[in-house]
Amino acid sequence: MTVTAGWYMALAASLFTIGAAGLLLRRNALVMFMSIELMLNSVNLTFVAAGRELGVLEGQLSVLFVMVVAAAEVTVGLAIIVAVFRNRATASVDELTGLRG
Amino acid sequence: MIDYHALAPELLLAGTVLAVLTVDLLRVEKYWVAVVGLFGLFLSFIPVLTLGFCDTLTFCEDTGTRFLFGESYAVDSFSLVLKALFLGSAFVAVLLSVGYLESDRFWQGEFYFLMLSSVLGAVVMASSRDLVTIFVALELVTGPTFLMAGWRKGDPRSNEAMLKFFIIGVLSAALLLFGMSLVYGTTGELTFAGIRAEAAGIRGGDLEALFTVGVLFTLLGFAFKVSAVPFHFWTPDTYEGSPTPVTAYLSVVSKTAGFVGLLAICYLAFRDATFLWGPALWVLAAASMTVGNLAALRQTNIVRLLGYSSIAQGGFILVPFGAAVAAGVTDVQLEEAFFATVTYLLIYAFMNLGAFAVIIAGGNRLRSAEIGDWAGMFGYAPGLATMLAVFFFSLAGIPPLAGWFAKFVMFRAVLSVGGGWAAALAIIAAVNSVIAFVYYAKVVKSAFMDPAPEHVAVADLARMPTVPSLQFALVLTVAGVIVLGIFPGIIAEIGELTKTFASGF
Repeated sequence: MTVTAGWYMALAASLFTIGAAGLLLRRNALVMFMSIELMLNSVNLTFVAAGRELGVLEGQLSVLFVMVVAAAEVTVGLAIIVAVFRNRATASVDELTGLRG
Repeated sequence: MIDYHALAPELLLAGTVLAVLTVDLLRVEKYWVAVVGLFGLFLSFIPVLTLGFCDTLTFCEDTGTRFLFGESYAVDSFSLVLKALFLGSAFVAVLLSVGYLESDRFWQGEFYFLMLSSVLGAVVMASSRDLVTIFVALELVTGPTFLMAGWRKGDPRSNEAMLKFFIIGVLSAALLLFGMSLVYGTTGELTFAGIRAEAAGIRGGDLEALFTVGVLFTLLGFAFKVSAVPFHFWTPDTYEGSPTPVTAYLSVVSKTAGFVGLLAICYLAFRDATFLWGPALWVLAAASMTVGNLAALRQTNIVRLLGYSSIAQGGFILVPFGAAVAAGVTDVQLEEAFFATVTYLLIYAFMNLGAFAVIIAGGNRLRSAEIGDWAGMFGYAPGLATMLAVFFFSLAGIPPLAGWFAKFVMFRAVLSVGGGWAAALAIIAAVNSVIAFVYYAKVVKSAFMDPAPEHVAVADLARMPTVPSLQFALVLTVAGVIVLGIFPGIIAEIGELTKTFASGF
């Protein structure tokens, strides 16, 4: 059996769903953040699979942009989690309930 | 060869971003960083003008729309108008921040660095004509704002605003990107022109379902960015918890950048798929207006009230998009809808920035954002109370203030499409305009007619001056709202320029 682009797409969609589920269900900011990274990487897989299937470079090229943006987001995200942790000594989002209404 | 004239606004702004960092290193008073930033914004504005008036200038070779980097980057009248709007709004946002940052121990140099980087993203956004450019631009707009939202590092509320904003911001980026990857996978194109050409062949084929999912996920990503209901829940919290100048920036520059991306994607890439985005945005528009306005009615915090008001205003901006719901919408009607959205965005920037300027000025005196504490403001700060009335009535759409024209073109666009769905949307918008008037008027009435609460030291407040930079911002926005309201022809002419964009390439 040959592995076609469709399989990669299906795998990417599964990874995306796992990431989305993790984001919604987990309450630790760090784990939520990791889930988002999983979602971004599933997008990368889609781009690569599509680019290979179509025989053009644009798909692979887009992945580089996504990776750089994701890396920038990691720096911002970790800085934010550290800043929150300093004030509260917890990374659980359930305790962030000061703003509502 | 690269057309440096076309790229000059971005290059000058990027230079300013670096200059701001350098000045921050020097041993000078920190407000010089802001001065350099303001000067850089002004400098970047000049090439926008020379490009815009290219046909009347001798040294400039008028080549119509200038494409750079293949077809990924276009400098046309639409992008120039929006660039001018972003640079102008950022100018006011920096003016709003100066006094605020001086008032406490804040990291100032880095703040302006982040704000200007974000503006650079918005300016790039206006010219983006492919999926990757638009994604990078959007992330450049939002990335720095996550940090700006938490600028009061020791304040748990600011922390909370920052973390919520970040999680939702990155989630929306992932959704947007997933949609884009599916659109790319099905069409094999990244440029908007290419997607439009390929999308026609997809209808009825095997890939149609996948393409539809791609389009909807892309819209979903933008819906978070422009805080359309039901993807708005982060907005009031982030707006309330962030420093108020940052809130002003988020509600105008960052939100407009989201709308510009949505405009470009819907009217260029998915031009022939109005049957997909029309209904989706119809629902978002109706929900945003209704939920935003109803929630705003019961707010007691003025920043939170403006947060919900900006959700509702976002709904009004989405109405012309939603008008495309009707089957067989013509090119002329789409152009009208496009014109209405751009006009609304231009006017919204003036009135919303102005409203936030008043809130910052009032907040400086009262040290409170509770509407109850704002009662009787007319007694001790008549100028400020009058300006509050000007901006709030403009947001409500009362003539002769600029807001009425924004609402007028919005209704005209949706009614020109005709049909049951468009008419229903117009009715929802009309009902919401009335609801909105109630809460805007309530604040103004309280400021003018109610007596000041006892714990407010009226005599001290009357003597407190407004920071000069804030006065300047107030003068700019008040002048804009009044002049554009009395002479709406100015804004109509600018909006008219952008119309050609909607007819595609």
